[in-house]
Amino acid sequence: MSGRVITITSGKGGVGKTTVSANLSVALALLGQHITAIDLDIGLRNLDIVLGMENRIIYDIVDVVRGQCHLYQALIRDKRIAGLQLLPASQTHDKTAVSAEDMVAICDELRSNNDFVLVDSPAGIEQGFHNAVAPADDVVIVTTPEVSAVRSADRIIGLIEGIGKGPGRLIINRIKPGMVKRGDMLDTFDVIEFLAIDLLGVVPEDESILVATNQGTPVAFQQSSPASRAFHNIAHRLLGEDVPFMPLFEEQEGVLDRLRRALRLR
Amino acid sequence: MDILRRLFGRRKSSKELAKERLRLVLVHDRSGIPPELLQIMKNDIITVISKHVRLDRQGIEVHLSHNHGVTRLVADIPILSARHQPSSGPIGTRPVGGAQR
Repeated sequence: MSGRVITITSGKGGVGKTTVSANLSVALALLGQHITAIDLDIGLRNLDIVLGMENRIIYDIVDVVRGQCHLYQALIRDKRIAGLQLLPASQTHDKTAVSAEDMVAICDELRSNNDFVLVDSPAGIEQGFHNAVAPADDVVIVTTPEVSAVRSADRIIGLIEGIGKGPGRLIINRIKPGMVKRGDMLDTFDVIEFLAIDLLGVVPEDESILVATNQGTPVAFQQSSPASRAFHNIAHRLLGEDVPFMPLFEEQEGVLDRLRRALRLR
Repeated sequence: MDILRRLFGRRKSSKELAKERLRLVLVHDRSGIPPELLQIMKNDIITVISKHVRLDRQGIEVHLSHNHGVTRLVADIPILSARHQPSSGPIGTRPVGGAQR
């Protein structure tokens, strides 16, 4: 088994990297894949809490790097599904505690008994980001349909292309069909037109994400919410399957409907 | 045609504004040329070209475009007339473009 290392990054903070990392890890594990998720937000540990594994951390990645424990001792197995484990970040220290070389070494070791290693990158373009992309076979860029997120994603795409890790694939997160319809939110085509990389998935804004985070049970554990369906589709695409994108609206508008709506606005 | 333009053309949505702003900001980000620098370059270009021709300063347009990985500085400069003739004849006796009719 030679696993693929996928780094999930964004540039801008708060667009959903950790939520995406947690849910893709769960979705892939539910498909029978062996997954190790790595939280690289050193000093601001958060993948553990989104996964609901925050109470079980003994060792973290910095302990591994400093030789205070073996890698396997720091890995926390998920009790709910076989095949998912977490390498947590340190809640002390900062991004300089780990180097890009450390990350490459750790991921090389994890490749041998995992199908995928998902690296949850911190925000920014400094050491933490470079550590996260150094071991990557593939880079996934998360953005929201909002000007500053798209601008940051553009910068990140330029950076990863510059270090030969490009072009990356895009996840558009937190899209709100109602706002898109009203002309108050960029739609999928707009974002793709600007960023010009392949689309991996579109995840709608979904209140059940917050509920799931409150409970420590990522939405991907159930299949019913729109965001959960999106994450499962993305997991299938990561496995090489050709999954059509979910339509944003229940029914696509015809030209006549658009005319009627425009007349009402006057 | 006019009705269609009134239906679809008048009110600009916030998303359309966002797209325009993003288009501009991304071109500047990708080229590494911030808007202020572009203004300076524009003024420099006007100064240099004004030495040789009279310009319609109101109509001058200088912008960046970015396509297929190539950034271009595009200058659209309306010219009114030459400042000086290449020969030693009287100044301004012929319009730009030649006297042949």
